[in-house]
Amino acid sequence: MPAPQCASCHEARAALRRPRSGQALCATCFCTAFEAEVLHTVVAGRLLPPGAVVAVGASGGKDSTVLAHVLRELAPRLGISLHLVAVDEGIGGYRDAALAAVRRQAARWELPLTVVAYAELFGGWTMDAVARSTAGSGRSRSCCTFCGVLRRRALEEGARRVAATHVVTGHNADDMAETVLMNFLRGDAGRLARGGGLGSPGEGGALPRCRPLQLASQKEVVLYAHFRRLDYFSEECVYAPEAFRGHARELLKLLEAARPSAVLDLVHSAERLALAPAARPPPPGACSRCGALASRALCQACALLDGLNRGRPRLAIGKGRRGLDEEGPPGGRGSHSRPDPRLRSPSPASRDSSSPLGSDDVGVRGRL
Amino acid sequence: MAAPLSVEVEFGGGAELLFDGVKKHQVTLPGQEEPWDIRNLLVWIKKNLLKERPELFIQGDSVRPGILVLINDADWELLVSTSGNSPPSTAPLAALRAS
Repeated sequence: MPAPQCASCHEARAALRRPRSGQALCATCFCTAFEAEVLHTVVAGRLLPPGAVVAVGASGGKDSTVLAHVLRELAPRLGISLHLVAVDEGIGGYRDAALAAVRRQAARWELPLTVVAYAELFGGWTMDAVARSTAGSGRSRSCCTFCGVLRRRALEEGARRVAATHVVTGHNADDMAETVLMNFLRGDAGRLARGGGLGSPGEGGALPRCRPLQLASQKEVVLYAHFRRLDYFSEECVYAPEAFRGHARELLKLLEAARPSAVLDLVHSAERLALAPAARPPPPGACSRCGALASRALCQACALLDGLNRGRPRLAIGKGRRGLDEEGPPGGRGSHSRPDPRLRSPSPASRDSSSPLGSDDVGVRGRL
Repeated sequence: MAAPLSVEVEFGGGAELLFDGVKKHQVTLPGQEEPWDIRNLLVWIKKNLLKERPELFIQGDSVRPGILVLINDADWELLVSTSGNSPPSTAPLAALRAS
């Protein structure tokens, strides 16, 4: 049973079948098609106009490696310049090795690299410190919630430092589909309402952000990296096994095995969602502390850090009503359902992330 | 009766972490009654190469969903027989060497 011939060049043996079209392509034609699709995504969506200074969120992992590689190939055609921005969350043993991969990439591709550390930005709060602080309060998976929010903030800061006009991240279709599932499973209508679309236009002073790989399934990203022999870091974050995203991922993989187009179909469904009027999120304002986009008085980053600094790390976790508010239903979602009367605050924690791009629980990236 | 089969097995993208970090393994599969196919190769790998956490690699008869299998650099899903129902894991390995 030899592999069929490539449907594009008709010369080489096919190496894979594309999940959406079922078309069999050889490695070379697939890579060309992959790059052409990213180019189309960027151009058709007017995501990165000529002259854009693009900060690429670089973790050393397969997605951001593929993203940086492809954008670097396309940069002359798009008329954009690239800066790699890496975030150091302060996770011992894991992030150091990942950063080493990013440094190798920066050197090989001759791209400028800026590293932004949580310790510096967030008053000494590394992820290891956050994990220790949240370890005693029930479910340790909440440390991933912190990381997602803080990492976005750190990436934004890094982008500003290099005078970027746009921020790009390597989220692929699987990530988007997982986020959609997570938001449904958690009943997070606000995020579902904002999760569709190719990018955030940049409200409230935030830099425009997009994900050029959003329509590429993870399998194709992995295969592209394999065929192009890209060097990337593939260990799982030490905290990842506890993240809720892992459950969504397992479910998604099972669904994909039964129906290969399920991943992309899920993303498209989310884009077409229309919420009932009662479910629509309130128009965002500005955080009273840092000025970033926020749906409540405090943006989620400030609210989370507030909780950490007060020794109440779970203060802003969850859907917000059971954080600093008093009226949450007893025994609601879990271990943090008894508000402390001493912390009766006039400004309840923000439920919604300052960046309306879906769940903060980025968690399990780069997992097997 | 299947003759012994020489195969190069390569792990990447993080999978190598389950195999002591070793990416390339040159192995000789012993001669046996049944012909070698992916399904019994996986069983052999689990027994002879896998160092830890089998549930991250194998699920039932096949690899855990999310793990990609390439045979001679081609996605194994391409090798489903024309009848359409045969699972990729039963594709006879010996027949793939020429492709």
